[in-house]
Amino acid sequence: MSDLIRKTAVELSELMASGEASAVEITQAHLDRIGAVDGAVHAFLHVDTEGALAQAAAVDQKRAAGEKLGPLAGVPLALKDVLTQDGVPTTAGSKMLEGWKPPYDATVVQRLKAAGVVILGKTNMDEFAMGSSTENSAYGTTHNPWDLNRIPGGSGGGSSAALAAYEAPLAIGTDTGGSIRQPGAFTGTVGVKPTYGGTSRYGLIALASSLDTPGPCARTTLDAALLHEVIAGHDPMDSTSINQPVPAVVDAARRADVAGLRIGVVKELGGEGYQPGVEARFHEAVELLTKLGAEVVEVSCPHFEYALPAYYLILPSEASSNLAKFDAMRYGLRVGDDGENSAEKVMNLTREAGFGAEVKRRIMLGTHALSSGYYDAYYGQAQKVRTLIARDFTKAYEQVDVLVSPATPTTAFAIGDRVNDPIAMYKNDLCTIPSNLAGNAAASFPCGLADEDGLPVGFHVMAPVMRDDLLYQVGGALEAALAEQWGGVLMSKAPELEVSR
Amino acid sequence: MPSITREEVAHLARLARIELSDEELDHLAPQLDQIIALVGQVSEVAADDIPPTSHALPITNVMREDVNVPCLTPEQALSGAPAAEEQRFRVPRILDEEA
Repeated sequence: MSDLIRKTAVELSELMASGEASAVEITQAHLDRIGAVDGAVHAFLHVDTEGALAQAAAVDQKRAAGEKLGPLAGVPLALKDVLTQDGVPTTAGSKMLEGWKPPYDATVVQRLKAAGVVILGKTNMDEFAMGSSTENSAYGTTHNPWDLNRIPGGSGGGSSAALAAYEAPLAIGTDTGGSIRQPGAFTGTVGVKPTYGGTSRYGLIALASSLDTPGPCARTTLDAALLHEVIAGHDPMDSTSINQPVPAVVDAARRADVAGLRIGVVKELGGEGYQPGVEARFHEAVELLTKLGAEVVEVSCPHFEYALPAYYLILPSEASSNLAKFDAMRYGLRVGDDGENSAEKVMNLTREAGFGAEVKRRIMLGTHALSSGYYDAYYGQAQKVRTLIARDFTKAYEQVDVLVSPATPTTAFAIGDRVNDPIAMYKNDLCTIPSNLAGNAAASFPCGLADEDGLPVGFHVMAPVMRDDLLYQVGGALEAALAEQWGGVLMSKAPELEVSR
Repeated sequence: MPSITREEVAHLARLARIELSDEELDHLAPQLDQIIALVGQVSEVAADDIPPTSHALPITNVMREDVNVPCLTPEQALSGAPAAEEQRFRVPRILDEEA
């Protein structure tokens, strides 16, 4: 039954409902696939074989007993290692948390478990979600299944690579500046950043609290929508959780209709610095949406140009505060506790040993931006720019229903290419960052392969706050039209991975 | 003239409680200098009369009823501790020898 790994979540659900496959068989097929290809891909930091099979067996028992089950019951999922899962190692890609087993479930994890989703294991990521390539993971780089010499994007490269390697049909990511959407674009998969506050941050190891947003990753738009519906919604454990009904994302993905929809192409997100193959696929996708009945206009968002510098002040400032909790006292790594050293010395030695280079860079940048004498010029000014970016969105949404751009300026780059050039690395997130600063919903959908390198290109859709449904409406329409052209979804063009025994 | 000197970076590391080695300082100082030049671009934006945004959405403080709810047991809370003693976190000395 190795073809089970090629199925969508929707197809797997149908197979279980009709009794053609059990949750245990489906889970085992994916565990076998992980065993066969993850040596080369390295999407997983921890595979919870026993736990996953037990969750699957529980779903099969409930089904046999005639219990009513949700649409994703028994479907396997890969969980980004930044969300806590009770009793399962959670590292956030850092040596600081090596071997740590959290004593509680994140809200997202609680909801997955309640829906009967089978959690296969924890996926690789840039340390504390700081990065765009997974090269900042303390546990080695994940490889892009489309070309193993290239990065899969980041920070959630492990989750997206797991989808593209057919190790899981569903995954969870978190998006602070593009960490769901950019890996989605680089791996030819769907990645959705819900509206900030639409999904709970409880149990998500914080990077930047005013930006962090967990969200769904999948190989198809409808699968992502089904997962979105499971994890989203108000949570009293998160003080910034929005207390409103979840947008009708599944209906929107099924409707997949853009007739009459007003789409704005963001003028500032294109041109110099954008790879020709990326721009070509993007513009073809825009034309296709026009043919499907969408009204397309060009829109200017003049302050987007300053989103990157503002982000790299706001994020490090929040991160330097959030990461102060790694003080070697209550959990995680402790170095140099020899009976002589003071608590402060132990703290300094631990943070030196436990944090990687990028984390140190950002902590120190944040410390600088928040220090007296610099606060107004850096952090204060960045917050004002944040206001102007939000106003650009508000003004644009007076004219159009959604905004679109390429998801990334380039396709996936080679492993090692940008590790010593932080600024080149940061520029990956030019298109994705504005939506984090403004808190609106955004997603990347596969829209083809670039001519230069044959690698996937992502189509980026940005919708107003709590209009996450519009993302799925556009993504669903684009996916259906492209699948008709190609005779299948983009992922079916991915090269076969060598299977090891 | 760099926007941040090696000495200033060493000072930041002390504030951030990170015991940086000399080699790391050599590597990090010029990188931070470049990054600070990049983020300094925010000063080009005329925004004197613009209110700052600390948060994307209009939010108000959230309260709950003051009632007992289930929480971690002491064993669970101490399960990840680097060192524990008598149901407490054991930490290195916090005072100087002379104190």
